[in-house]
Amino acid sequence: MGLAFACFFRVLFGKQLPPAAVALLPAPPPPSAATPEVRPPSPPAARPEPERPRASTAQHHRDGALALLALLQREGRLVDFLREPLDGFSDGEIGAAARDVHRGCRKVLDQHLTFEPVMPGAEEAKVSVPKGFDAAEIRLIGEARGEPPFRGTLRHHGWRVVDARLPALAEGIDRMVIAPAEVEL
Amino acid sequence: MKILGIDLGTTNSALAVADTEGAVRTQPIAQVTGPGEVAERPTLPSFLLLPSELEVPAAQLQLPWSGPLRYAVGTFARERGAELPHRLVSSAKSWLCNPAIDRTSQVLPFRGAQRELELEMEGGERVSPVNASARLLAHLRAAWDDANPDEPAAEQEVLITVPASFDPVARELTVVAAREAGLDRVTLLEEPQAAFYAYLAARGDAWRGDLAPGDVVLVCDVGGGTTDFSLIEITDDAGDLALERIAVGDHILLGGDNMDLALAALVGKELGRPLDALQQRALVHACRRAKELLLGDAAPASAPIAILGRGSKLVGGTLKAEVTRDQAERLLIDGFFPQVPADAQAARRRAGGLREIGLPYAHDPAITRHLAEFLARFSAGDRGRLPSHVLFNGGVMKAAKLKARVVELLTAWAGRDVRVLAGADLDLAVALGAAHYGQVRRGKGVRIRGGTARAYYIGIESAMPAIPGFAPPIKALCVAPQGLEEGQAVALPDDELGLVVGEIQTFRFFAAASRSGDEAGALIDADSDGLVELDPVEKLIASDGERVAGELVPVRLEAHVTEVGTLELWCVARDGGGRWKLEYSVRERG
Repeated sequence: MGLAFACFFRVLFGKQLPPAAVALLPAPPPPSAATPEVRPPSPPAARPEPERPRASTAQHHRDGALALLALLQREGRLVDFLREPLDGFSDGEIGAAARDVHRGCRKVLDQHLTFEPVMPGAEEAKVSVPKGFDAAEIRLIGEARGEPPFRGTLRHHGWRVVDARLPALAEGIDRMVIAPAEVEL
Repeated sequence: MKILGIDLGTTNSALAVADTEGAVRTQPIAQVTGPGEVAERPTLPSFLLLPSELEVPAAQLQLPWSGPLRYAVGTFARERGAELPHRLVSSAKSWLCNPAIDRTSQVLPFRGAQRELELEMEGGERVSPVNASARLLAHLRAAWDDANPDEPAAEQEVLITVPASFDPVARELTVVAAREAGLDRVTLLEEPQAAFYAYLAARGDAWRGDLAPGDVVLVCDVGGGTTDFSLIEITDDAGDLALERIAVGDHILLGGDNMDLALAALVGKELGRPLDALQQRALVHACRRAKELLLGDAAPASAPIAILGRGSKLVGGTLKAEVTRDQAERLLIDGFFPQVPADAQAARRRAGGLREIGLPYAHDPAITRHLAEFLARFSAGDRGRLPSHVLFNGGVMKAAKLKARVVELLTAWAGRDVRVLAGADLDLAVALGAAHYGQVRRGKGVRIRGGTARAYYIGIESAMPAIPGFAPPIKALCVAPQGLEEGQAVALPDDELGLVVGEIQTFRFFAAASRSGDEAGALIDADSDGLVELDPVEKLIASDGERVAGELVPVRLEAHVTEVGTLELWCVARDGGGRWKLEYSVRERG
């Protein structure tokens, strides 16, 4: 039974979300994302989930973040890498390790998340910011005069996660331990 | 009703689904990927981990559809199992066809006789080879059911692939494992045929332009742990193209894992420092990546290999090495795919007096020598019978340079051009092809004919005066000729066979892959060319009211290839008083 699983992560199997989980994931964009227009978040189709006792939403937020960190550590040793002082190592030494860290962390991203630019088009090109744009999607730099549309230069195309297939998490596991101690017998 | 195609692989399993018509697609498989984490992956690594509670708590292994579990299959089983090799069951499928052990007794994880003598290990379960395969199938079934609650797998048409070289016992045991997993209605299909069906599904009708009558296609399947060859001939059937599987190779335990280990041994020397078990594993992983890079298209001159520091000091402890393209080509292409003449023979280990029981790994690492031997056996010197086309399958054959070497040799052996058929994704083709075979069975596509790849024989003791020191010579009676099709049965002409009531009657059982001329009822010497002994078959006829112990019942033999794809042998009483199925003995052979 799925009772032991945090329902937030049920989304990852393509199941319906309990309302508490919806806020954690970006709304899926419509199939054609050609124009960076504002998209109203589509309400989750309601298939009623049975009421079940579950830990607080805050706990789920925390566990989800820790689980992702544990994944990046396990596959890419990210925490080891970031925690290690780099003074005294040559660029070559750091580079050799960084290549493996990059590969492992990249694998985690590729396996679990799909990204696309928020604003298509080449960086440094001229773009138009349409009327009714979402300030959370497009950050204006400098002074905006009058009403949109605005003309400007695209400095960073932004990243949107269009699909998050993060692992489902079993409950009853201490997520604060992101990497167990290893003892060889 | 949907069609589910299951590739029950030696190192990876996959699941595909189709309707009666239309496209075939793969189904991602939810599995434990980390402690207390479940995610979907395109394939299910065929590993079963059976840890004690101290090694892996049950709470870390629960699935969305289960409570805490004492075992795991899939990605986490493989990863964590590398640290707990004494708890890991790998290559369960190869154990299914290993007559050196009793395949229904709990011998896995395999420890060898020495470890068995030591104190019993605390905790952790042991399973039989049949049960290990059943757990993999049960996981696939449960993952499907969880994702498709309205269409449970047990109510769909399920096709499971097996190596073409699987003998009747291993096929039967696969069906038993499926039943244990709750899949009562399954049909078996040979893996190389499945790969060919995937090609047919991917090409649609265009395949008729690729091939012509007289063409022979080699299906060359090199996976992580096994190598499997089959030949499919294109024939003319009243103006239409027909397909016939004409030969299958032996079960060769040799594959990509051997190549990774060979490269790791080379690089390990270069590192000049002993590695611990986990670093060794990291090295093998790094070597697999280097192999894929250096044998692929547009390969760089060298590939860097870094083994990260073991402790939390990562940069400081990193070991660096490099493999050049030259090294990789010499070691992997010339070592595993050497240039050999058409009459090359694979080296065999001389049978020693005492040998540790385990999986019968191939002795000769040269895949091309195994291939030459296979082709020579079936072309019998006629170059025109050598393959005109090749279809690659298995992860290893993704490497462009390995494909090129195989094509180069096939061309040289046949003395004419050999063309490559473009197949589906090499990791998923077998599952996809199995699902397409389900469509073909419903009349939507071309069927590959072939029937049984081998002829089967029962050992009969000749009647002759006893001579001290000599066992009476054994004759082999052909009970099922080669090419017996699914659903077909043959009855033997009358002979002098008898079953004794109340005693277990055991018959020696033989197979031959290259004796297509033997008809049912043919009696040959058991040491004839090409005959290989399999597990014996046996039957106990209990005494009842009508039959009394010790009575001799004259019987006639019948062989059936069932719709499922297994071979059944029946004894039919000539007085019409009953029929009995001979059972395959899976007990250890002395």
